[in-house]
Amino acid sequence: MTARSALATKADRRRRLVPYALLAPGMLWLLVFYVVPMFRLAITSLQEGSLEQGYQFTGNLDSYASVFTTYLPQLRNSLMFAFGATVIGLLIAYPLAYAIAFYTSRWKSLFLLLILVPLLVPFLLRTLAWRVILADQGVVVTALKTIGLLPENGRLLSTGWAILAGLVYNYLAFMALPIYVSLDKIEPSLLEAANDLYASPWTAFRKVTLPMSMPGVISGTLLTFIPAAGDYVNVELLGNRNWTMMGNVIQSKFLVIIDYPAAAAISFTLMAIIVTMVVLYVRKVGTEELLT
Amino acid sequence: MKARVFYRTLLGFGIGYLFVPVFIVVAFSFNDLQGRRNVSWEGFTLRHWADPFKLPGLSEAVLNSLTIAFLSALVSTVVGTLIALALVRYRFKGRSTTNLMLFLPMASPEVVMGSALLTLFIVAQVGRGYTTVLLAHILFNLSYAVVTVRARIVGFDRHLEEAAMDLYANEWQTFRRVTLPMILPGVLAAFMLAFALSFDDFVITNFNSGSLQTFPVFVYGATKRGVPPQVNVLGTMIFGVMVIATTIYLVVQARRQKMDEAALAAGD
Repeated sequence: MTARSALATKADRRRRLVPYALLAPGMLWLLVFYVVPMFRLAITSLQEGSLEQGYQFTGNLDSYASVFTTYLPQLRNSLMFAFGATVIGLLIAYPLAYAIAFYTSRWKSLFLLLILVPLLVPFLLRTLAWRVILADQGVVVTALKTIGLLPENGRLLSTGWAILAGLVYNYLAFMALPIYVSLDKIEPSLLEAANDLYASPWTAFRKVTLPMSMPGVISGTLLTFIPAAGDYVNVELLGNRNWTMMGNVIQSKFLVIIDYPAAAAISFTLMAIIVTMVVLYVRKVGTEELLT
Repeated sequence: MKARVFYRTLLGFGIGYLFVPVFIVVAFSFNDLQGRRNVSWEGFTLRHWADPFKLPGLSEAVLNSLTIAFLSALVSTVVGTLIALALVRYRFKGRSTTNLMLFLPMASPEVVMGSALLTLFIVAQVGRGYTTVLLAHILFNLSYAVVTVRARIVGFDRHLEEAAMDLYANEWQTFRRVTLPMILPGVLAAFMLAFALSFDDFVITNFNSGSLQTFPVFVYGATKRGVPPQVNVLGTMIFGVMVIATTIYLVVQARRQKMDEAALAAGD
């Protein structure tokens, strides 16, 4: 081997190491503050003991059993509200995204911005505003009473409906944005072709637009379902004790009535449900799509 | 034509719906309330705007939020830009693992991430406070920073960098004179997004803040007693500043793009 080619291989090797050097600080951060904590959470969920006497790792699965017995209502509420918020969110966000993508011509970016601007109001204040909207003497309650959808002494605040309203509102932009992105990618010529081939507008939508917007629908669904399933703020601020979700139990068992193993088990179960969903999603679209 | 009217009306309603809470937050900063519960309109006043910081604890909380948002945005943007460069520019083994590692924090519910970090800090016997909140914020900002910067790098021309290298610029000079100016808008957008996400974070902060007060923690604590209108004043100010910052960013971007296009046209 000549000196020259040795030098070249050395430079080559250095070049090959460059991406790893660029990745190192971030990956190290994720390892220490994401991966390790997740393991800690798993270990904690298998511990036994109390705050006073300390916790020992015993591989005990009781905490998990309690997730499906004691905390079954919370598990059910989490899934139910997250599912409800996702479906309603989709029904509102899809037509909005559709309208922006196809019916705003050159004002597209302005309308898109208008969908996102409310996110600049602090999350807790946005949620608290729903206390005003759904107040007992408020416009919404009065209107619903007038048309008979709500009984005379009925209310919305501190009910499941208020929680649902808060969840739908808070995550709507995260549903609308990815749907818009995938709708916007559709070539108009495709729809013209469908039209030329005597497809009715409905058929064209069903056979062309809808399938092509599915990546956006799936991302939007995940971006709504995941945070909604883990939410506890909407319940705290808008709902009542009968509707507590998994997040409420995790929060209270970690920060109020200390019971680390139970809290960790619930937390880990929630994560497992989410990971299962994400894995199914990744199988469908691959990892590159995840970050776009 | 009918469809056009239908969809535009729909859009109007949709945007109206999204802005109702915004309107309420702003309006209730002017509410002349007598009691503690700021939930019904009692008349117009400017008095809460006169001295919003007089409320005990509020200014410290806002200050903590601002510095944590700045520092976490700074660190996560720098580290995230490096990752984005690696992902777009280089082929390397472990790429899909990297993508997955970046995606997982975004896919984790905040309660799970917050509580997992808390278990780590408990075992490591790290007292919860400013530092732990900062560490947590850098963590959740990182993936968003990567995604934002990456979106910007994907679209740009590698030939310019190659041209610089051909003209004997070394790698560092190429990065500083060619790459960085080109990706700067993406980096800036990442910083702004990270700043906003950090400033507004409640859940992860709540798990790791100990007795530290940030703006969201302060608001949450206040909900038990009734939220003082000064909080709405601050919320409105934050909203205003963010809207202005976003507008400036977008206007500058649009102008830059126009200039680039003009330069391209002149070159032809």
